[in-house]
Amino acid sequence: MRFLLIEDNVELGRAIVERLSLDGHVVDQAESLADARDHCATADYDLILLDIMLPDGDGRTFLAEHRARENATPVIVLTARSEVSDRVGVLDLGADDYIVKPFDFAEFEARCRAVLRRRGGVAGNRVTRGDLTFDTLAGTLHVGGDDIQLRNRELRLFEIFVNSPGQIFSKSKLVDRLFSYDEDVSENAIEVYVGRLRKHLTRSSANIVTVRGLGYKLEV
Amino acid sequence: MAPQVHIKGSIRRHLITMLLIGAALLAVLLYFVVQSVARQIAQESQDNILAASATAILDNAAVIDGEIMIDLPYSAFSMLGDVSDERVYYAIRLNDEFLSGYEDLTPIRSNGRSPRTFGSMDFRGEEIRTASLQRPIFLGAKSGTLDVTVAQTMDGQRKKLARFSLMSLMIGFSFFLLTALLAAVAARSATRPMHRLAASVSRRGPGDLRPVEAPVPAEMAPLVSSLNSFMQRLKHSLAESEEFIAEAAHRVRTPLAVVRTRAETTLRRVEKPENRQTVREMIRAIDESSRSAGQLLDHAMVTFRADHLEPKDIDLPALVIDLVESLKPLSELRDVELKVGALEPSQIAGDGILIQNAVRNVIDNAIKYCGQEGRVDVSVLRQGEHVQLVVEDNGPGFPDDPEQNLLKRYARGENVAGIVGSGLGLTIVDQVVRAHGGTLDYSNKTGGGACVTLSFPSC
Repeated sequence: MRFLLIEDNVELGRAIVERLSLDGHVVDQAESLADARDHCATADYDLILLDIMLPDGDGRTFLAEHRARENATPVIVLTARSEVSDRVGVLDLGADDYIVKPFDFAEFEARCRAVLRRRGGVAGNRVTRGDLTFDTLAGTLHVGGDDIQLRNRELRLFEIFVNSPGQIFSKSKLVDRLFSYDEDVSENAIEVYVGRLRKHLTRSSANIVTVRGLGYKLEV
Repeated sequence: MAPQVHIKGSIRRHLITMLLIGAALLAVLLYFVVQSVARQIAQESQDNILAASATAILDNAAVIDGEIMIDLPYSAFSMLGDVSDERVYYAIRLNDEFLSGYEDLTPIRSNGRSPRTFGSMDFRGEEIRTASLQRPIFLGAKSGTLDVTVAQTMDGQRKKLARFSLMSLMIGFSFFLLTALLAAVAARSATRPMHRLAASVSRRGPGDLRPVEAPVPAEMAPLVSSLNSFMQRLKHSLAESEEFIAEAAHRVRTPLAVVRTRAETTLRRVEKPENRQTVREMIRAIDESSRSAGQLLDHAMVTFRADHLEPKDIDLPALVIDLVESLKPLSELRDVELKVGALEPSQIAGDGILIQNAVRNVIDNAIKYCGQEGRVDVSVLRQGEHVQLVVEDNGPGFPDDPEQNLLKRYARGENVAGIVGSGLGLTIVDQVVRAHGGTLDYSNKTGGGACVTLSFPSC
């Protein structure tokens, strides 16, 4: 996906860009409202991430302009304020959602997914691997003429495998990406979700195989 | 609770007292003035009549054949009034030689210039008023001065004076009553602007810090202008503290966000298990501190807003729908099913931001603690005069220890090890609910799971 990140804190911006790139997203960073307007004029984005306090104005001004221009790109506001009135304010101005800094990228992805789902999706949210088609937004798996609805963790786990077929993922890495850091879960919890995915994939030629001592990988 | 006001004296009472004292003094003065004027007028009129009577006698004195003939005219005495009331005396002398009348009634001699002299004296045990008139008379050898003295007792005069006295007393007293009435009215109308000001200030909402603009009397201008400037300063410092809360959040959260994002990126790259464990712990610590910072700020914000509560009508079901919608991504992350149950139409009076904060905290808690693939149900029910917001889950519930009060600051249940939390969540909820005159109850359901109920008075 292509993101526009409007954030004046250089370090935070760089960190977010780096983190999103890990998941294969393309991110442009604007450090001011003027920058952001230039970016918006020259490129199409799937999603805009907007900070509120910017050096040349209030992010809410941009939001109002953006909506006035009838630009359909969804906007998620990044706010450092905990005050709810702020959050309510940005939603009234037409933001699709907001997230409070510092945020968990799992929550961030969940919010992006929800926003994009509401907006009717983006190009390329369907991935085909062998005989199965996976809709990352809707969380549906299309196998042998059947649509299987995945639950959130199954979905995220499957997404990890689908995005890098053939790559081996250790249980520990999968735990980190599937569970929030404040949950105490053993690595064995992964086995449950892998088991469920395997059950969904029984009618497909694709399968998740165990690589002894290393982890799991998707074989198409 | 409004602080106690120390009262010393009352402007109105003071004003009334001063006016009454003034009125009483004036009334007494009026009484004496009227009385003395009346006495003087009565005296003068009596003197005039006595003089007229004496003149009539003198005028009737005629010299016939060298003898003085005096025919006492009836009118000379009848003009002195009701004879049955008063006794009248007279004496006629020629060159100090007694001719007729009462010999012991001696004329009053003045310095001699004026032909009429008046005086008061005791005569036969009574006070009398006398008038003496002289006229030269020509009798040949016996020529000389004819002297007529007329006197009258003063009973009638005294009675008349007593009547005047009573009248002037009544005039003074009614003057006093009238002034007292006017004083009360004046005092009331003088203090009315103060009452009006006090009423208009106390009628205001807690957040209404606009200056007083209604016109006030000049005497109250210094008070109102210092009140206005005080409110100005208060408004300023309130705005500052609100600004501070937001600023503090920004300052604390942005660097935390940088560190957390970096740590997460690092964790994706690190392979060695012990390093992974370290980074994971770092992320947990960051989460813990950012959550604590957030809740401390929430706590400050809630305290601030609860102190300045300006209630508005809140559609609770609509608020719940919005909140559930915005918390859904969070619940989905944990495969927790967050659902809206029964939503009975209901309105409560309150601060929308605070109520939202409280409800969010409760739902957040439920999602956090209900465990893997749990369920959270939120419903709004009407219970008579109350509206209940119920959040139920199918998790492990609250600890059984009845001694532990989870509403206390930093108190956390004993069965939540391994879950990040500050122990401020329920404290904030409780604070919000109590600021709205409601109650917070938490219990465990018989079939297992926690149940948190916020009750608000409905409006």
